Amino acid sequence: MTSQSSPGKAAPLKRETFSSRRLFILSAIGSAVGLGNIWRFPYIAYDNGGGAFLIPYLVALLTAGIPLLFLDYAVGHKFRGSAPLAYRRLHRAAEPLGWWQVLVCFVIAAYYAVIIAWSLMYTIFSFTEAWGDDAEGYFFGTFLGVAEAPGLGFDFVPSVFFPLLVTWLAVIVIMAAGIRKGISRANSVLLPLLVVMFLLLVVQSLFLPGAAQGLNAFFTPDWSSLADPSVWAAAYGHIFFSLSVGYGIMVTYSSYLKRRTDLTGSGMVVAFSNSGFEILAGIGVFAALGFMAQAAGTGVNEVVTQGIGLAFVAFPTIVSQAPFGALMGVLFFGSLVFAGITSLISVLEVIVAAVQDKLGWGRVKASLVVSILVAVVSLGLFPTATGLYLLDTSDAFVNSFGITLGALVTVVVLAWFLRKLPLLSAHLNRVSTVKMRGTWMVLVSVVVPLALIYMVANEFISKISTPYEGYPDWFVGVFGWGMAGGLVVLALVLTFIPWSRTSKANHDPEYDSLVEREAKETAL
Amino acid sequence: MTPVAITMMIIAILTVWGGLALALLNLKRHPEDEGALPEEHAPEL
Repeated sequence: MTSQSSPGKAAPLKRETFSSRRLFILSAIGSAVGLGNIWRFPYIAYDNGGGAFLIPYLVALLTAGIPLLFLDYAVGHKFRGSAPLAYRRLHRAAEPLGWWQVLVCFVIAAYYAVIIAWSLMYTIFSFTEAWGDDAEGYFFGTFLGVAEAPGLGFDFVPSVFFPLLVTWLAVIVIMAAGIRKGISRANSVLLPLLVVMFLLLVVQSLFLPGAAQGLNAFFTPDWSSLADPSVWAAAYGHIFFSLSVGYGIMVTYSSYLKRRTDLTGSGMVVAFSNSGFEILAGIGVFAALGFMAQAAGTGVNEVVTQGIGLAFVAFPTIVSQAPFGALMGVLFFGSLVFAGITSLISVLEVIVAAVQDKLGWGRVKASLVVSILVAVVSLGLFPTATGLYLLDTSDAFVNSFGITLGALVTVVVLAWFLRKLPLLSAHLNRVSTVKMRGTWMVLVSVVVPLALIYMVANEFISKISTPYEGYPDWFVGVFGWGMAGGLVVLALVLTFIPWSRTSKANHDPEYDSLVEREAKETAL
Repeated sequence: MTPVAITMMIIAILTVWGGLALALLNLKRHPEDEGALPEEHAPEL
């Protein structure tokens, strides 16, 4: 599909690579470990059987998460391109899948940065305890200045706008510096820092009075929950979101790996590191919640929460009450910032790589144009009085009908229509130490789609039967359904826009020689 | 903590971190194929 018919053309730049396997693994862990590990997993596990959740969780990890992770690795590494280019090389008809993933990443990046900006401010607030004795009122009222009703307004909130600007400036610098000097370096500094800070946070939490009650609540198994299908669905759902699979990130990152790399061996380290961090987060968060419950004289079940409520309402309360609370706040919110940034850059890289490939642009130009564009959208829509409604709605819909539905369509197209699993399996097994053969193909073509169908159907039914969060119909229609549908339409439009003459889709001697070499090796 | 909670905590840590230890061990036993790595530098650096 790549043509040799342009002899006069200058050879395009060689594709940048991670300089070592270690840096790829660090970056992939940095991507997988995000806000969800810290503020989502502990609650999901508690809410779905406590200690008993470990069983569906591990089953989901081994039967869906890791197989899907390897599918992404195989596509990116074999076809050595951004998501659209890699899928295009796999089959012309698969290109829209790549664009869909790029657009999903655009939406995610725009709002994800906002949460990093909040966390940045709360790291500072840990010293001043700006929230006083009403963390909830402070966050929604004073800090975010949330409007009474959802809508689209441009009533800017400076206390969010400026930290968001700082976040974007930092991220733009990392992106423009490229894979080696930017992404690799950021991850090799921020990820170890995140782990150390989070370990300190866990240790500090464990020494708080009431920590044991928190851990009891988190680990006491409710075995009857194993008979509940929704618990299993929660496990599969969590694993999909946690591992950052199915929306282009791992395709993009693995395309920067050198040719002879142990894909599955590296992937196992990434997957288990991600889960290891989640278990750690569960221990830290529930020890802290145990303390909060004790201080309030209630049960742990009265204080458990997740997401924004956990981070910006419960944790500030804990910071105010705990000994050395300021330290605890810095460790917690600092961890959110670092975990968030390492994930955000991986999401942005999906878009940068795609633009680079499609337009044949250089790294610096593509990363600046893309990052600034996303930053402008992010700064224009979210640090406003109505920004929280928009964030909530776009997050819910892009997760259900962007990531989950997109992953379902991708897996079905690859496994059942194009029948590419044997090819991808062979690629994984060429160099890797953990072999992926028949079982892997069955998991990817049967177990993964079934789990995804269940999730998408569930989300569809719940979102169609009642308006999301009781928001007005027009609002959910435009920013929920409309946005999710718009991504599909736009993905098709982007597919029909021709690739630049200087694009690697048309002329990529590096890839051509690779294909030739691999063909020879296979023939031997 | 109750015995059952402690037991589940230990099992969770052993399976997940044990899995990580095994994955790391496997990777260590198969070092990167340095010989096959071309000395390449991104041209824009």
